[in-house]
Amino acid sequence: MLKKIKISFIGLTTIVFVMSFATKLFSIELNMYYPVAVGGPLTKIVDGMVNDFERKNPDVKVNAIYAGNYNDARIKALAALKSGKPAQLSVMFSIDIYELIEQDAIVPFDDLVTSYEDKAWLYSFYPTLMENGVTDGKVWGIPFQRSTIVMYYNKDLFRKAGLNPNKPPNTWNELVSYGKKIKSSTNSWGVMIPSTGYPYWMFGALTMQNDQVLMNGDGNVTYFDHPNVVGALQFWHDLGNKHKVMPSGTIEWGTLRKNFLEGKTAIMWHSTGNLTTVKKNAKFDFGVAMLPASKRRGTPTGGGNFYIFKKSSEAEKKASMRLIKFMTSPEQAAHWSMATGYMGVSPASYQTSALTNYVKQFPPALVARDQLNYATAELSTFQTGRVRKLLDDAIQSALTGNKTPKSALKGAQKNAEKLLKRYK
Amino acid sequence: MFKNNLSQVYAWLLITPALILMGLFTHIPSFTTLISSFFSTGTKKFPSKFIGFENYELALDDPIFLEAVLNNLWYAVATIIPSVFLAILMALFVDSKIKGRVLVRMAYFTPTILPMIAVSNIWLFFYTPEIGLIDQIAINLGFGSQNWLGDKETVLNCLILITIWKEAGFFMIFYLAALQNIPPELKEAAKIEGASKYYFFRRITFPLLMPITLFVVINATLNSFKLVDHLFILTKGGPDNASNLILYYIYESAFSFLDSSYAATLTVILLLILAIVSIVQFVLFDKRIHYR
Repeated sequence: MLKKIKISFIGLTTIVFVMSFATKLFSIELNMYYPVAVGGPLTKIVDGMVNDFERKNPDVKVNAIYAGNYNDARIKALAALKSGKPAQLSVMFSIDIYELIEQDAIVPFDDLVTSYEDKAWLYSFYPTLMENGVTDGKVWGIPFQRSTIVMYYNKDLFRKAGLNPNKPPNTWNELVSYGKKIKSSTNSWGVMIPSTGYPYWMFGALTMQNDQVLMNGDGNVTYFDHPNVVGALQFWHDLGNKHKVMPSGTIEWGTLRKNFLEGKTAIMWHSTGNLTTVKKNAKFDFGVAMLPASKRRGTPTGGGNFYIFKKSSEAEKKASMRLIKFMTSPEQAAHWSMATGYMGVSPASYQTSALTNYVKQFPPALVARDQLNYATAELSTFQTGRVRKLLDDAIQSALTGNKTPKSALKGAQKNAEKLLKRYK
Repeated sequence: MFKNNLSQVYAWLLITPALILMGLFTHIPSFTTLISSFFSTGTKKFPSKFIGFENYELALDDPIFLEAVLNNLWYAVATIIPSVFLAILMALFVDSKIKGRVLVRMAYFTPTILPMIAVSNIWLFFYTPEIGLIDQIAINLGFGSQNWLGDKETVLNCLILITIWKEAGFFMIFYLAALQNIPPELKEAAKIEGASKYYFFRRITFPLLMPITLFVVINATLNSFKLVDHLFILTKGGPDNASNLILYYIYESAFSFLDSSYAATLTVILLLILAIVSIVQFVLFDKRIHYR
């Protein structure tokens, strides 16, 4: 009996020893949180990419941890950081940058790139996608799952209303007049712009089209009461209440795609991240176009960036850099874009043969990229959660008719100034 | 003497696990919450410092918080009374001798066992204008379309309806158990005396249900302050805070604004409100309860 125990003890220790040796083979282990904000089997795609990376880099083991939506991902990453068992890198909302800097959680990539090649890599992405990742003259976030807002439209409904299905509205005036035509000749609404979930994001498009950004590059000044911003909210309000081409009140982000797929609205504004799902599910002929212009075209960018956490060793940071470089490389970015509808993050990704062929067959996939020329950063400031809520509430109070756009935005601006005073 | 001491030790050993758990997860967190409500939230740039009652002043000056409190009070009143009332009705119904009463009981209880998040996703599509179930019925009956969750006037009541639907079945179970404990002799005696059904309910059944009613009402009150899961799916407190509730705003403060001290302050205020409400309930009910 005793002998048996002895033998099994020796056996166990050998197993433990061998196992610890085996894990040593992966000299570095990385924890990476990532969020999923739109539909689709994104976790599978991310896991596949991570596996490819591990195959090519056998010394690194990556635990890709799906962390819910953008808000959850930030909470989990920050909680892990406080508990002393942090992730080494993470995909998080591009607009979390100021919060993460204020929490002293992340390092700028400028401190990590040394070679000439790496420095060039920092500039290989679309500049508008970098806007949300740069502040204080340093790069803190590398674009990964990035989107813009595009206009999805139902060509069948356009035909029914006697409109040219290949000529989506180019201006605000056309949006209104087309919408009226659609509403009077079909049973559907002209347009729906979602106003729950991320109202400030949609609003960022309208204000940019009216030639005004919402904040400065240092994240400590907002322009909520600028006349052009007020004009943009007035237009949004009028679509539902004056022109009656859109339902009045707020429009739910979560059910909008279904509204569009059921033909209840001829046009919807939504994230490009929905493209692949709409393509799979639309039973009608649909088109994708850039958002219309008032004084110019415009959209905010959106989505998630890669960040590297401060509390990791030099070796881990280097390994994280390798992972990020792999995930954003042209081939992987092309693969990611085709699988999801998110953008290829660099011009080079659109020159890969895979993506070139894909956009030839499916031109709508190019709209988001072309629109980047008119894009601007997504609303992001210090105290970003509170400032964003101020704007969200102002938008919703105007859309539901509780306040005029002017007074709502004035109030939001006043409170935002109070919050941002100490960051100047 | 020695034996007595031993049983003391024995008693303490028995309650130790519970004490540790309670301490770790209830009392220590409550205490640290109270402490941190007197400090500012620290960041690298602005380290945490003692600020006295400044957070409380901010809260009482915060229009969103005040709106959430008012919403929550209405939400409490409007969910508790109908769900208790419905629960009694349902319990009386399924306690009587009807065909297929097991099925009916199960049907009444089903909403309770469904997770709130899943339920909210279903209700989201009920409430959706035009393509939603409610609107499709309304449109077929010749009514217009209504933006249920997108209108400040209707949104909170829509949430209240879901909560009633979800909770009534749960409370019904308690009432059903209580009803089955009422001795049948009482009914026979009442019959002999010629008491009407309504009179019997008012004078005998309802008073005997009072202890359960206290239990149910306190539970319903707590739920109306702690059940906010559906807000995450349905409204996120909008439009323009029309459906914001205290706990959801605490969540926003802590995890969206990353201001844990302010969230702690609001939590302390919520605890105070709940304490006051429970004391009032105990005092009010105590006079009317008939314990057997």
